Amino acid sequence: MRRAIERGIEMIFAASGMVTTVVILLIVAFLFKEGFGLFKSPAVEKGYALCVNADNPVEFISAADIKKIFNEEIEGWVPYRFDGDELSEKYEEEQFAGRLGEIIAETPKILAFIPEEYLPRNVKGVKILSGNTVIPKDFFLGKEWIPTATPAPQFGVLPLILGTLLVSLVAIFIATPLGIGVAIYLSELAQGRVRDILKPAIELLAGIPSVVYGFFGLVVLVPIVQRTFNLSVGETAFTGSIILAIMALPTIITVAEDAMRSTPRAMREASLALGATHWQTIYKVVIPYSISGISAAIVLGIGRAIGETMVVLMVTGNAAKMPSLFDAVRTIPATIAAELGEAPFGGVHYQALFVLGCVLFVITLFISITAELISKRQHNKGL
Amino acid sequence: MNIIEAQDINFYYGDFHALKNVSLNVAKNSVTAFIGPSGCGKSTFLRLLNRMNDLIPDTKLTGKCLINQEDIYAKKADVDALRKKVGMVFQKPNPFPKSIFENVAYGLRVNGIKGKDFIQNRVEESLKGAALWEEVKDKLGRSAYDLSGGQQQRLCIARALAIKPDILLMDEPASALDPISTSKIEDLIYTLKTEYTIVIVTHNMQQAARVSDTTGFFMLGELIEFSDTKKMFLNPDKEQTQNYITGRFG
Repeated sequence: MRRAIERGIEMIFAASGMVTTVVILLIVAFLFKEGFGLFKSPAVEKGYALCVNADNPVEFISAADIKKIFNEEIEGWVPYRFDGDELSEKYEEEQFAGRLGEIIAETPKILAFIPEEYLPRNVKGVKILSGNTVIPKDFFLGKEWIPTATPAPQFGVLPLILGTLLVSLVAIFIATPLGIGVAIYLSELAQGRVRDILKPAIELLAGIPSVVYGFFGLVVLVPIVQRTFNLSVGETAFTGSIILAIMALPTIITVAEDAMRSTPRAMREASLALGATHWQTIYKVVIPYSISGISAAIVLGIGRAIGETMVVLMVTGNAAKMPSLFDAVRTIPATIAAELGEAPFGGVHYQALFVLGCVLFVITLFISITAELISKRQHNKGL
Repeated sequence: MNIIEAQDINFYYGDFHALKNVSLNVAKNSVTAFIGPSGCGKSTFLRLLNRMNDLIPDTKLTGKCLINQEDIYAKKADVDALRKKVGMVFQKPNPFPKSIFENVAYGLRVNGIKGKDFIQNRVEESLKGAALWEEVKDKLGRSAYDLSGGQQQRLCIARALAIKPDILLMDEPASALDPISTSKIEDLIYTLKTEYTIVIVTHNMQQAARVSDTTGFFMLGELIEFSDTKKMFLNPDKEQTQNYITGRFG
């Protein structure tokens, strides 16, 4: 009877482990499934198509080039945008397709942007560019993110990726030395009473909602940054980094301090008994001993910074352009949060946001694996 | 000549009076063993000789303790320098999570010694001194945790020897080891005596009888008897000592 109950309990634990793993895998699978339809979707606005003259050898024009052609930034092309009002002055609606076919056949260098319903199908001299999908190269290396542009929305995520990395890395460069410093102070130097007050206070900071940090950043930090660096606006990547650093600090401090405190007393005593000073003991024994915990702390901090949405949405200015430290930037999470609501379900924009989610996932995965390898290598070497 | 002179030492953990008026002298190049039941204060006494008790908060000491005629609890006493002169081996082997070589070299490095050849020679010398060299000479780069418990303890002894202390404190150094490793440690203590003054705390009375020249018997914070080991085990002055060593209580 007892055994049966114990078996039952074991099975419950095993089942919950399985369920959790499966759920996480399903979420990842969902993310990738929704996202990767993007590279099969047409690069032009939904419901429209592109046509060229049949003599034109081109089979594929990238979204960036389409935009340039319509902005007349590339010579040798004649952009043509369907205009229903103009056509209806002379033609009935049934004649639209035929008239459009004539225009295209007459103009060798034309690039016509036409609604699918008026598409001149099977007309001699007209070639419909049907294989014009969003391609990964444009997506990952494109420098423009204008998901609502016509005729071709621009899905260049490079500025978003770089923006995310810039904001988080600067944040982590600020937070790591500070966080490790405080952790060393708390675990090695602070008197018992000071630690008893400070540690819970710092842990409390981790519980403050990010919107509140965003408020603080917007009201206090933005003006300070603006004045200090003499900028026209204070909503910059740097402002975001500072706030993210503050937000990552409690995580880094708590995890790193726990790791350092778990250094056995025997290790400290061994070091001190050999005439090492307190400080030598800290950096030659305590820090190496707890290095995997410390790197875990930093990774968790980076994770917090990279995935953080609300704060960066509030203080970084949200301009999707190639990032620089003292300019407005936009991060991947902020983009997803701001745009998913207005992206039509299942559309190209929607899919693009899912691919962004995948990119974010891959970045964090990469960071965790790196950290894992670092701490593993340290252990194998025996420090 | 006495290398350690303790005069009227009282020691408190908070309100707990752990050592009561302990006075004793230890001669140079001798082995002194402290025996007594658990909680009698023998380890506390050992640990005050290199001021390890400083690490425990809320402790208090009165009385005087001289090592090489210097008061180690004087206001201007240099604790780090004291610990270089008074090495310590702990109850459980506690090598650092570093290579065998780096474990032994640690004491040299923290004392600012940089010469590569010097460190290499001293590591070899110390490992030989701790009777470990033959077993590890081909794997100095391996982690100290790859060694057995007995080897780890001898590594800790080598680590303590590397900075050439005057005194070696051993806090039940063999209590976590098997009989073969224990006998190796005891042999080692015997050879180390020529160069070092050794103070050892042990629960094992045979061990005290085997290795030491002088024995101190502690009970409830008091030093009941402190005399020549042979005399202590054959013909103790006090009845309490007699009772303890014959196993009537303890």
